[in-house]
Amino acid sequence: MEHYLSLLVKSIFVENMALAFFLGMCSFLAVSKKVDTAMGLGAAVVFVLTITCPLNNILYTYLLKEGALSWLGADFASSDLSFLTFLTLIGTIAASVQVVEMALDKYAPALYSSLGIFLPLIAVNCAILGASLFMVERDYNFAESIAYGFGSGIGWLLAIVALAAIREKMRYSDVPPPLRGLGITFIVTGLMAIGFMAFAGIQL
Amino acid sequence: MAKNKEVLLDPLFNENPIALQVLGICSALAVTTKMETALVMSLAVIVVLIFSNLTISLIRNFIPPSIRIIVQLTIIASLVIITDQVLKAFVYETAKQLSVFVGLIITNCIVMGRAEAFAMQQGPVKSVIDGIGNGLGYSIVLIFVAFFRELFGSGSLFGVQLLPLATEGGWYTPNGLLVLSPGAFFLIAIFIWIVRAFKPDQIEEE
Repeated sequence: MEHYLSLLVKSIFVENMALAFFLGMCSFLAVSKKVDTAMGLGAAVVFVLTITCPLNNILYTYLLKEGALSWLGADFASSDLSFLTFLTLIGTIAASVQVVEMALDKYAPALYSSLGIFLPLIAVNCAILGASLFMVERDYNFAESIAYGFGSGIGWLLAIVALAAIREKMRYSDVPPPLRGLGITFIVTGLMAIGFMAFAGIQL
Repeated sequence: MAKNKEVLLDPLFNENPIALQVLGICSALAVTTKMETALVMSLAVIVVLIFSNLTISLIRNFIPPSIRIIVQLTIIASLVIITDQVLKAFVYETAKQLSVFVGLIITNCIVMGRAEAFAMQQGPVKSVIDGIGNGLGYSIVLIFVAFFRELFGSGSLFGVQLLPLATEGGWYTPNGLLVLSPGAFFLIAIFIWIVRAFKPDQIEEE
C-alpha cells in the first residue's frame, strides 16, 4: 500500500506532468486565463487519465508486449506487436474520451455542460498520451498504473489552476507590450517549474 | 507562385507555430537540452508534418466530417510509427534519449492543427509547402533554444566541447539553470519577446 501511495505523491509533485515534463502544455497555456475554466479542464483530464492509463496497461500487457499473446496458446508465445503501441494507445484514448463524453451527456448533464468543449480536446492533450507512454516505458503493473494515472491528473490540475490564479492577478500588472500574453505566461510557468523543483529532493 | 512562397515563409516568423499559434510546445521544451536531439526531433516533425498534410489533403473530400479527427489521428499515428522505427534502426542512441517524445509527435498540436486548419481545405501541393513551412518554423525555435541551452548549459555544441569547463581545468562555469526545465521556458519567452519587438502587430492586448 505504501508503495502505491508514494507513487501517487511522486506523480503529483516530483514528476509533475506539466511542470517537470512539459506535457499538455498547449492547453495548459491556452486555457489558463480563468480559474473556472482551468478547473473544468483539469477535472476532465483527471477523469480521462484515471480511465485510460489502466485501460492501456491491460491492452499492453495482454495484447502488445513481447510474448503477451501467450494466453492464446503456444503458437502465439513469440509474438511481438509492440510496434503497434502508439496506434493502440491513441485509439484507446480517443475512444474512451468519446465514451466518457456520451456517458456524461446522458447521466450527468450538469457536469457535461460545465466541461463542454474541453472533453473532445483532451484526446489530443499530450499529457494523456504521455502518461500512457511513460507507463509502458517504466513497466508499471495494473495497480501502479491506476495510481500513476490518477496522480498525474491531479498534478496537472494543480498546476493549471495555480497558473490561472496567477494570470488572473497579473491583469493588474504593467507588462512590457511584446511580452504580454504568451511571453509572460512562459516566464511565470518557468518560475513555477523552479518552485516545483523543490520537491525533487524528496526521496520516496 | 507568389502565394506558395507566402505559404512557405509565413510560418517562419510572421505566423510561427510555437511563438504565435501556441502549438507544439510540449516537445519544444523537453528535447532541447542538446543540439543533436533537437535536430533529430525537428527532422522527425518536418517529415511527419509533410506526409500527414499530403495524405490528409489527398483524401480530404472522402473524409466524413463527423469522424475526421479519428481519421487524422490514425494517419498521423501510422506515420509516427514509421518514423519511430526508422529512428530506432539508424540513430538508436538519440532515439533512446528522445524516449517518449517521438511518440508524442502524434499529439503534437502542430501536426493536428495544420491538418485541421490547412490540409482539410487546400490542395496537396500547397499542403506539402505548408507542412515544410510550419515544420521549419518549429525547427527554428527548437534550434534557437537548443543552441543556447547546450552552449551555455554545458559549454558544448553537438557534443563538441567549445568552452572549457572549470571542473576540467578550463575557465567556463556552466549555467546549470539552462539545462534544467525552467531555462527552456525563459528562452522561449525571450524568443517571443524578440519576435514581437520587431513585429508589433503580434502583440496581444488583454
